[in-house]
Amino acid sequence: MSVLRRNVSVALAIARKDAIAEVRGKQAAVSTLTFAALVLLLFGFALGPDPRRLADAAPGLLWLGLVFAGLLAVGRFHEVETEDGALEQLTLYPVDRRSIYAGKAAIGALAMLVLGALLVPLMAILFAVDVVHALPVLALTVVLGAIGFAAVGTFYAGVTVRMRAREVMLPLLVLPIVAPLLLAAVKATSAALTGDPFGELPAWLELLAGFDVVMLIAGAGTYGFLVEE
Amino acid sequence: MKTRILGIVALLAVVAATLFGLFVVPADLNQGDAQRIMYPHVASAWLAYLSFGVTALAGIGWLIRRDLRFDSVAVASAEIGVVFTAFAIWGGMMWARPVWGVFWQWEDPRLTTTALLLALYVGYLLLRRLSDDPARRATRASVVGLVAAVDMPIVHFSVIWWRGLHQAPTFLSPDKILNPSAPLPFVLALVGMLGAFTLAWAWLLIRRYQLARAELAREEAVRGGLIRKASRSASSSTASSSLPTGDVAGAGGGTQSKAPAEAAR
Repeated sequence: MSVLRRNVSVALAIARKDAIAEVRGKQAAVSTLTFAALVLLLFGFALGPDPRRLADAAPGLLWLGLVFAGLLAVGRFHEVETEDGALEQLTLYPVDRRSIYAGKAAIGALAMLVLGALLVPLMAILFAVDVVHALPVLALTVVLGAIGFAAVGTFYAGVTVRMRAREVMLPLLVLPIVAPLLLAAVKATSAALTGDPFGELPAWLELLAGFDVVMLIAGAGTYGFLVEE
Repeated sequence: MKTRILGIVALLAVVAATLFGLFVVPADLNQGDAQRIMYPHVASAWLAYLSFGVTALAGIGWLIRRDLRFDSVAVASAEIGVVFTAFAIWGGMMWARPVWGVFWQWEDPRLTTTALLLALYVGYLLLRRLSDDPARRATRASVVGLVAAVDMPIVHFSVIWWRGLHQAPTFLSPDKILNPSAPLPFVLALVGMLGAFTLAWAWLLIRRYQLARAELAREEAVRGGLIRKASRSASSSTASSSLPTGDVAGAGGGTQSKAPAEAAR
């Protein structure tokens, strides 16, 4: 078995383990999804009943909801490892550290996709936005955003996992880093939903894809230092 | 002694550059005296980027060589960088209020980028505070400093695009700062301030580095049970300043060496 195939299978095994644990446990998954929905609902209250304003703000609100709920999700997949010394066990396996990072990032991205699958229809309903005509572009944006967020979030979850006050530190470190992702994703979503007269959409998707690649490389390259400590 | 000379020279240079910028250079025709803020403002922004660049490089140094002196350079540089970033933002707002009429302008990519820069490195410093073990702290800080440095160009260009995809970047074009048609006193004031601030930066970096080394030595002494952590309070100062007896060392060193909060996780 080639090295690459072995690493990929290790990553998939880790992602699969976490997915099974979440599906069987359910509490964390259900509470995170509920939290995400609640965020959108409260944004609706905060911005008032004017449907025009809500529709204009919808892309930004969608992505803020995804980012806030995503923080809970990526933190969760490292937190489960702190129980019963599971993290030490995981790092004792003779596998490439990058596979561990890739596995955790993959499950994080999957969680973001599940959140997106909930929040996009919810945004369409709550803020009266027509998403059907833009679904392919929207899906692509969510996929790119999910990968980028999981790449960053997983890295910082690795940084903070054994730290005091990690519940505060994770958002504090992640939020400024994902600012370009938020910006590009909101712009792309907005262009997909309300039309794109200046043809900006490809540039924003490129920026998202570039962010994903850079952060995956940076995360995979440095994650090994964190688990060795 | 050499550091002290550097400090005195830096102080004189900053005072000279300040006096030059305030009284010798004529006021800007359009902006009036508010434009003078630009000299320390640009110099601070330059030092912010210089500091965080040094922090990232020192982080790489630690990851490769595993020498804590690199980490001391990293924290010294990051702390100074945060101070100058905050100063640059403050100066920018003081300038923006009379010239633009508002403190904050979302259209300006430099302002928004710098605000994120500040947030990134305040997080970096907090992260250091919350890590007890020196090697672990150095590793965490190094990788976070690296990723932050990688993120900064993306932040910068995304914010420029965000403002309007069709506008050319203004910040990275050097002709705006060193415009050949700019009057000579203006260029002199700016270059003089840049040089003076950089000297001050070098002095601050050396002093903060020495402080970081001393902090580390103190931490190690506490960890090894040589002194007690609570030696700052007057009541225990006599017990800890002299060589501690066995039970004092046991009480102080025993709890400290485990770094309890981290070991529990």
